[in-house]
Amino acid sequence: MELCTKTASELIGMLRAGEIDPIDIVDSTFKRINEKEPDVKAFIAVLEESARKRAEELKDADRSLPLYGIPVAVKDNMCMRGAQTTCGSKILTPYEPPYDATVVEKLKAAGAVIVGKTNMDEFAMGSSCEWSAHHPTRNPWDLERAPGGSSGGSAAAVAACECAMSLGSDTGGSIRQPASLCGVVGMKPTYGAVSRYGLVAFASSLDQIGPFARDVRDCAMLLDVICGHDPKDSTSIDREPPDHVAALDAGAAGMTIGMIKDLFGDGVEPGVRERVSAAAEVFEKMGAKIKEIEMPIVKYALPAYYLIAPAEASSNLARYDGVQYGMRENADDIVSMFRKTRRAGFGAEVKRRIMLGTYALSAGYYDAYYLRALKVRTLIVKEFEKAFAECDILMSPTSPATAFKLNEKIDDPLAMYMMDICTIPVNLAGLPGMSIPCGLSDGLPVGLQLIGPTLGEQALLRAARAFEIGSGICGMIPGEKTD
Amino acid sequence: MKYEPVIGIEVHAQLKTESKLFCGCSTGFAAAPNHHVCPVCLGLPGTLPVLNRKAIEYVVRTCIALECEVSPASRFARKNYYYPDLPKAYQISQYELPIGRNGKLTVRAGGKEKTIRIHRIHLEEDAGKLVHDASGGSCVDYNRTGIPLMEIVTEADVRSSEEAVAYLTSLRSILQYIGVCGANMEKGEMRCEPNISVRPVGAEEFGTKTEMKNLNSFRAVRLGVDFEIERQIDAIENGERIVQETMRWDEATQTTQTMRSKERAHDYRYFPDPDLVPVEVSASVLELIRAKAPELPEPRRVRFISQYGLPEYDAEVLTGSKAMADFFERAAAIHNDPKAVSNWIMTELMGCLNESGKTIDECAVTAEDLTALLELMGKGVISARMGKDVFKDMFATGRPPAEIIKDKGLEQLNDETAISDAVEKVIADNPGPAADFRAGKKQAAGFLVGQVMRQTGGKANPKIVGRIIEEKLLSE
Repeated sequence: MELCTKTASELIGMLRAGEIDPIDIVDSTFKRINEKEPDVKAFIAVLEESARKRAEELKDADRSLPLYGIPVAVKDNMCMRGAQTTCGSKILTPYEPPYDATVVEKLKAAGAVIVGKTNMDEFAMGSSCEWSAHHPTRNPWDLERAPGGSSGGSAAAVAACECAMSLGSDTGGSIRQPASLCGVVGMKPTYGAVSRYGLVAFASSLDQIGPFARDVRDCAMLLDVICGHDPKDSTSIDREPPDHVAALDAGAAGMTIGMIKDLFGDGVEPGVRERVSAAAEVFEKMGAKIKEIEMPIVKYALPAYYLIAPAEASSNLARYDGVQYGMRENADDIVSMFRKTRRAGFGAEVKRRIMLGTYALSAGYYDAYYLRALKVRTLIVKEFEKAFAECDILMSPTSPATAFKLNEKIDDPLAMYMMDICTIPVNLAGLPGMSIPCGLSDGLPVGLQLIGPTLGEQALLRAARAFEIGSGICGMIPGEKTD
Repeated sequence: MKYEPVIGIEVHAQLKTESKLFCGCSTGFAAAPNHHVCPVCLGLPGTLPVLNRKAIEYVVRTCIALECEVSPASRFARKNYYYPDLPKAYQISQYELPIGRNGKLTVRAGGKEKTIRIHRIHLEEDAGKLVHDASGGSCVDYNRTGIPLMEIVTEADVRSSEEAVAYLTSLRSILQYIGVCGANMEKGEMRCEPNISVRPVGAEEFGTKTEMKNLNSFRAVRLGVDFEIERQIDAIENGERIVQETMRWDEATQTTQTMRSKERAHDYRYFPDPDLVPVEVSASVLELIRAKAPELPEPRRVRFISQYGLPEYDAEVLTGSKAMADFFERAAAIHNDPKAVSNWIMTELMGCLNESGKTIDECAVTAEDLTALLELMGKGVISARMGKDVFKDMFATGRPPAEIIKDKGLEQLNDETAISDAVEKVIADNPGPAADFRAGKKQAAGFLVGQVMRQTGGKANPKIVGRIIEEKLLSE
């Protein structure tokens, strides 16, 4: 088996035993990237030179570092010195940030080798990676299909074994939905568990960075590295971070898992419903109790989200005006320069959301739209609190459908937005959620979403690991035989 | 018809914090362009603001001094607008929940007391500065971006330029007293923007208001407000309509000019800044800040009268500035004649300051030096006349008085034999006046004393001179 197809925990075992060196992994990884990238196009920038340099440096470093020598990819909306951060947008091409995001600092300190910046929908707005200004990414399971989004590049890179793990960001499902469509593990931690410093903002009250990996253990390992309080992020939670890996093997016995009935409804493909229902049986087999939960409020999550997120985005994206950095379209006066730059720099979906958000915050509409959406958000938080009074964690499909064809939904924003119907309520409530593969439907991966209470990552990982054991579904690689 | 002006005043006070409001950059003045900047205050993608708690403490201190209610939880909001000096295209400010509300400040104007209500006090970040170069291009200096500004807004309670100036003078003094702001208008540390309208006396409804900018001194406030009041009255009398707009005071022509029309209000799309958590000021923190609150000008004025026995006028002048009052108290703690200290500060020190254009903070004379001078005069080492010259020298050079006196050989001549010799010479040289004095013309003594002083280079102790002249002429 090639090194690039191994999980990070396997690689770490070999590295610590002195069987291999970081440079061996880098060799295998870039061989794989060169093979796969022409088809998958998961990356905006492949950083082979700096990765090799790093691997050389690591030869003499402390081999007990938590991610020693592990190839990791980073979504292109996280700032990193020495590479461009474009957010999948023309308006930030070119832009090279003069600082490292907190998560990038942490990856470097943990001994990881950053192999590239991954593709994404422009400014993380989209569910298919097709809104990238650079190029679409293809799903490694079927190159005719989308990998999901917005962190489609990070999901596809892990699925195609172009890296062992990667970082994505999740505002309404942008980690979990592509994880589901690409058959990998992806987690959105509790809002505030991972620092947002250096993550280019889309919707600040919803954005959260999280890990992608091919199995639950790797996911926990990466989470352990990136989480923790950051004084540079006022919304980051100040507490001693727990050891997520240590919590993995507690098993699901005795857990109460709530099935959110409202997320198994009409819009969900039968193949997805079947697989997720089967997952519930696996949990029962592992000693957990399944309980059906009704949460009618979740149907208001999507409209509330499409007011709150664009409202924040309209303000967050206002700084791309051509004055300081990125693209500039020159004009005779400053206002024309602003207009021309933004007209040429932003893509259609970003413009749509800026318009939506500007409208929602406008005088005379604020109360009816933005404020009302905030009230819905509060109700959703309360509804989840009620559910967690009787359940340890909750479950649902991650995405109502498996990977859809490229160009299938690009002209139908609403159909595209519906892809996040199961994931959005979790962001609005600030809760941790993860997607793990629970089998295939017509040869395409299906994702199971697990949702935990605030800072309930340990419970999620423990249940997810129990599912891997109980189902035998773990580390699926496209093109290889799966059960 | 008689008209009444209705004025509300917005003041932006730059807080004296070491670092900016949301990052660690220095707030230092006069650095080279773009030297006090970092990714956060430049608003680079991905950066986040972290609140400077000191700024909150300063605003709360101000709220206490202006008797405001302090919100237990206030919020920062984004004010969205495009301008090249605003790197995030929004300013972090406060909107629905400011830190302070419903305060008041009582001032004296025209011999009467007047209470001006404070509508709100909030905290916000400053924007950058546009620099236009000779080639017609524009550059942005972001040094000022993110410097904490406290906005203090009054209700429309001000009725004249005199009241406006009295309010601003008193506010400046308070801000200096509580140590939150340098409050120097010329340096832009305190910027004031009055909103002015006029209405017929007795009318309930407000007239259309204009806002005025670029008032960089109290004098400009007085002239600008008066000008605008008259301009509006004239316009109304001529049947014109007042347009809601922003006016700029032009120092050169002493007139106001339209900057921009505000007829169509800008929609700033304020909303709570999701990058910042609510600012909590608990009852216990509030009490802590209250307990540490420094003495304010008004109580200090009253205390100066009772503790030091100063006249009302002296107490008012001395406490007008915290630095001046501190100087007085330092000197009065050493020298046991507070009225003498006050006299010297109010005449000699303030005279020198006015003449040189310096502030008390820039003054080289210390309270210790001033009291040393008073002691030297008390002991008769130099005369009071000489003391004034020595003081001017102290002010110019910063040297202690004893050194100046020694260097210049200004010690008073108290040696009776030497004075006696000089007196005898003067009597011999001026037989006429001497005869007059003997004949009982006391006025002649002045002339003779003057001559002796001249003989001794002004150093002879005039009291001794007078006594010896008397002895010599009347005992003969």
